[in-house]
Amino acid sequence: MPQVLVLADHAEGRAKKTTLELLAAARRLGEPAAVVVSATGPSAQLKEELACHGATRIYAVESADADDHLVTPTVGALELAAREASPVAVLVPATVEGNEVAARLAVRLDAGLLLDAVDLDASGTATHIVFGGSYTVTSRATHGTPVISVRPGAFEPEEQMTQAVEQPLTLPSVDPAGSARVIERRPAPAGDRPALAEASVVVSGGRGVAGPEGFKVVEQLADALGGAVGASRAAVDAGYYPHQYQVGQTGTSVSPQLYIALGISGAIQHLAGMQTSKTIIAVNKDPEAPIFNIADLAVVGDLFSVAPQLTEEVTRRKG
Amino acid sequence: MNIVVLVKQVPDTSAERTLTEGEYGHFTLDREALDPVLDEINERAVEEALRLKETIGAQVTVVTMGPEPAADALRKALAMGADAGIHVCDEALRGSDVPTTARVLAAAVRAVEDVDLVLAGNAATDGRAGAVPAAVADLLGLPQLTQVRELEISDGQVRAERVTEDGEATLQASLPSLVSVTEKINEPRYPSFKGIMAAKKKPIRTLDLDDVFPDADSQRFVTARSQVAQAVPRPPRAAGTRCDDDGSAGRRIAEHLMAQKLL
Repeated sequence: MPQVLVLADHAEGRAKKTTLELLAAARRLGEPAAVVVSATGPSAQLKEELACHGATRIYAVESADADDHLVTPTVGALELAAREASPVAVLVPATVEGNEVAARLAVRLDAGLLLDAVDLDASGTATHIVFGGSYTVTSRATHGTPVISVRPGAFEPEEQMTQAVEQPLTLPSVDPAGSARVIERRPAPAGDRPALAEASVVVSGGRGVAGPEGFKVVEQLADALGGAVGASRAAVDAGYYPHQYQVGQTGTSVSPQLYIALGISGAIQHLAGMQTSKTIIAVNKDPEAPIFNIADLAVVGDLFSVAPQLTEEVTRRKG
Repeated sequence: MNIVVLVKQVPDTSAERTLTEGEYGHFTLDREALDPVLDEINERAVEEALRLKETIGAQVTVVTMGPEPAADALRKALAMGADAGIHVCDEALRGSDVPTTARVLAAAVRAVEDVDLVLAGNAATDGRAGAVPAAVADLLGLPQLTQVRELEISDGQVRAERVTEDGEATLQASLPSLVSVTEKINEPRYPSFKGIMAAKKKPIRTLDLDDVFPDADSQRFVTARSQVAQAVPRPPRAAGTRCDDDGSAGRRIAEHLMAQKLL
């Protein structure tokens, strides 16, 4: 079976959930082979996680620059592994950084670039949902090794025990004139909440939350449901919540199992980033709020009475 | 210093977008059916260039690729205060994919001598992936400082604050570099009447593929490497149940979640 390269994003020695999703997606096309880029080599735990999710091979790319240079070590590692493996496809997560990596790799491999796939079939045809959910489009690469970014949450991780063969590769050091140095990383303070793009439940607040302190109500509901917190552009622009939590066309696109919108009117840019969610629940005072047009359950009411009651009810039922 | 700003004309986001089937079953965005405007994020990229021009001095060239009306996007940037424009316009580029677009833009940047800084918007409203600036950086071999909400340039060094869903990062590189800006970077100015009048006299060079790639062999890449096989309008998401909060809506939502096995 041909190999399918998967960029194995990891943090603190563990695979990110998107990596496990990509391994599941890769199995549609061939044998998943994980590419791990790190300064010190993959941890034992990471290798085990990859092998438990179907990775038959691990390309361990050691690069002293991996942590302190933006994007280029990852692109270089994937290029190296692609030239070694001649894979049928290369999969990366469709995050901001993943799309940047994919674009650079496609240029280097002179290959077709398929961005933000929500589904893949055995022939390598990708399905995308575009224009804020108004079109379903299928596309395929017509030249070279397809480089495909896959939307986080589009695939479920699948357990599959394999023997993963480890193959070390050495990446030449990056050219400082062609690479930006990362002086400092300040990861989004995750706390106990899942990352926005990976969460199966997202609770978002909008202008109706009325202030930074109002977001406590949003956070409490998210925590009761084990979900991530999001914010509309209006809430971010008003300074209620930090920018990295923005959901929408100019923020993060999400498609969780459950999306709860509190005090969000539903500007088209917001809808574009969340309307592929499986179930949408909206609470808004304004009965004319556009978000109600796409909500499975629309509640006309005050989020400050509805959300705490829901939080209490969820906590009680989860017992 | 020399700054090149990559700009794009996009359909007005308030309009409905459609895909049309062309020859050989290719689907492309029907851009002509829409009211085209200079993408808002590009105005911020132009604004950032103009601020650098005002503080440390710069020649600002705006570059676009697109059909004839795309020149209007350049005129708007010139009216804001940019100095010159380059418009790559060639029928063969219709429906270009990301790698081809990036190659053409990279070649257009090379047509400007001694470029110190390439500025772009982080993601076009009609494309959204944000892939083009990264690909252009790769092709030009420039450090990539993308998704930037704050930019500082002094003594040939670029320092930038990057924001993504993963959090924030401080980036540093030497000039020449490529920077893409987010909507947080600044508030773009409106062109003044004087600016609009002055823009009419500013130079716009229109280039076709032969100009950008005098070596015919390098045009080989102007073939799409991917193809849209099918485009189907999705049925609009139907509105579901609706209720007014009678004091028990929180419990009602919980019941709905139980019924949907979401709880």
